Amino acid sequence: MRLQSGIRVAAVVAATALLATGCTSGDDDSTTPSAGASTTEKAAKVDLTFWTWAPGMDEVVAAWNAANPDIHVTVNKQDGGDPAVTKLLTAIKAGSGAPDLMQTEYQKIPTLVAADALADIKGDVSDDLSSHFADGTWQSVTLGGDAVYGIPQDSGPMEFYYREDIFKKYDLKVPTTWAEYADVAAELHKKDPKAYLGTFSATDAGWFTGLTQQAGASWWGIDGDAWSVDIDSAASQKVASYWGDLVEKGVIDNKPMYTPEWNAALNDGTQAGWVSAIWAPGVLAGNAADTQGKWKMAPMPQWNAGDDATGNWGGSATSVTSQSKHAEAAAKFAEWMNTSQDAVNILVSKGGLYPADLPAQAQALSEPPAFFPNQPDFYTTATDIAKSVQPFTYGPNVNVAFSAYNDEFGKAAESKKAADFLTALTAMQKTTVDDLKNSGFNVKE
Amino acid sequence: MTTLTLTPVKNPPQVRATTGATGPTNKRSTTSTLVLLVGALYCLLPVAWVLIASTKSAGELFSSFTFAPSTHLWDNIQDLSAYRGGLFWRWMANTALYAGVGALLSVIVSAMAGYGLAKFSFAGKKAIFNVILAGVLVPGVVLAIPQYLLLAQVGLTNTYWSVLLPSIISPYGIYLARIYAAASVPDDVLEAARTDGASEARIFTRISVPMMVPGLVTVFLFQFVAIWNNYMLPFIMLGNDRLFPITVGLSGLLNQGASQPAMYTAVITGALLSIIPLIALFLLLQRYWQVDLAAGAVKA
Repeated sequence: MRLQSGIRVAAVVAATALLATGCTSGDDDSTTPSAGASTTEKAAKVDLTFWTWAPGMDEVVAAWNAANPDIHVTVNKQDGGDPAVTKLLTAIKAGSGAPDLMQTEYQKIPTLVAADALADIKGDVSDDLSSHFADGTWQSVTLGGDAVYGIPQDSGPMEFYYREDIFKKYDLKVPTTWAEYADVAAELHKKDPKAYLGTFSATDAGWFTGLTQQAGASWWGIDGDAWSVDIDSAASQKVASYWGDLVEKGVIDNKPMYTPEWNAALNDGTQAGWVSAIWAPGVLAGNAADTQGKWKMAPMPQWNAGDDATGNWGGSATSVTSQSKHAEAAAKFAEWMNTSQDAVNILVSKGGLYPADLPAQAQALSEPPAFFPNQPDFYTTATDIAKSVQPFTYGPNVNVAFSAYNDEFGKAAESKKAADFLTALTAMQKTTVDDLKNSGFNVKE
Repeated sequence: MTTLTLTPVKNPPQVRATTGATGPTNKRSTTSTLVLLVGALYCLLPVAWVLIASTKSAGELFSSFTFAPSTHLWDNIQDLSAYRGGLFWRWMANTALYAGVGALLSVIVSAMAGYGLAKFSFAGKKAIFNVILAGVLVPGVVLAIPQYLLLAQVGLTNTYWSVLLPSIISPYGIYLARIYAAASVPDDVLEAARTDGASEARIFTRISVPMMVPGLVTVFLFQFVAIWNNYMLPFIMLGNDRLFPITVGLSGLLNQGASQPAMYTAVITGALLSIIPLIALFLLLQRYWQVDLAAGAVKA
């Protein structure tokens, strides 16, 4: 106890000392051009900063800058996903330091809106903008209300990827239902004990969310002025116990994706399938370049034969932050980048993104990805699949639910017991509800 | 991450030098030799891994035997240098600036503060020293966000200053400088100089600092490595990727989101290149450091 209070006093003293040094040097430096932001505001030209981690952004921004000398955009590449959100929220709290534009993953938008980090740009964009996007995609940037918190850039409808050569070698049939998927997984593992049809990844909450989305789950809901949490629903339970069962039988792997081991398995063919999303070709090309032309894409296995439903994994919008002093210019750029044919063509050709803008898709997606020369109708198939993405609502504490997923399903995958997968789901539900209540949200149970 | 493993490497020669000077405690023991060998292996194996992995192409990285070297080192360096118009080298230069200037300023502050605390008596001296001692216990990571909030108030975030300023004050450096000043600068010498009419500033720069040099080199090295490896502070402070140090830049290449492959080859090659200056610095300063320790021992 005594030590602790000692540290606290020391920290306060140290902080005060820092504030003092900060102040004096701040005064000294106000005349030198070290503070980039303040000098640019005086010029007639508008300077915008854009935090993103998507590929191809340099190219699309260069095209914009060449055509729009009055609005200059600077790309600042950030650590993707959670780190960038943490950084943005810190800057919002501090009152300065946020960029004008930010790449926002769909599942993070409710969190950022709750923290007042995003600007409503409804007044700054075209009136018919919503007609460019699928209803589900548009809903994720409006949160079902009147405001517009971003312009959708890309989406990640889920598909099933498999190694065509290995399927031929072992005479396997491409599964169209999850029951068939389980059979094929068992058959493959029997014929080659080192090979798996897939893995249950306890570090990719977005992947699992997409799977439950396909089964009809929606983890959050808005009911009047209250949030509801429905993670432990019948649909999610069905998905959790299905994968738990496969892991328990040992016919699929229990190691996370995006590890060096997983990469090695993609290379040597011991991971012969991947339940993934539309952007998979880019990942496969980067991690297993030598397997080019050996993969094929098929629609997701279905829960009931003859259905066509899928989930969404990944995808982002471009948002204007609440700290931007040039919201109108920023919104203009964001709209151009995500809905003009020229820009969408660059997003696809340089970034390998699957554009959310429907009118521009036909021209931009005329060629299959370079990694899939054996599947010329890749994007025709994908566009059909994309229409069957099921509705899903994200809540304001996705980060808490996702980290609970990592903790709970990490243990379950390690234990290899199907029952633990259901326990994990229940624990996730509890953690998420408790956090919402503690944060002061109105929660309906 | 890999650079961290280097820090223990600097210790053995220093230990050898001091024990060699203090007395003949040369008792050979196979157990301790074995333990040390395992320790050395533990430290050197990751470095060897980085060295070998950086010679592999992206395809070979996950498919060939871990310790089988390949021939693609030069290609990898060229690819890395071409990334976004040579941004990697800008990050290297930034890191050198943060670590070099930051450590130098930190040494100046530490030397003055440590010398003052060791050689002058004034009201509140003990309290100040205790606060600094407590500061040693507070990890820098904990302070990063408060520092961000403070610097945001004066509009200094996202500038070189935002990383340099917090690096200048190092409680550990001040503590070390105080200990070293107390041990290596004799009061008699200071009194003699004062009798001869030298000003305090002159005594400090002409007499005390030269005597404190080995200690200050230690402070410089500690602070240099700490800033070189620092991740949290620049990560929080900087939004502009042209101001990033190497740690934040490389981690960005790894975390590109689920829909992008991590640029393993580029990151591994970058990690290798980023430890070369550290190794060079240690080899250069170590010699100098040992000589001074020995010189001090003889004089005493």
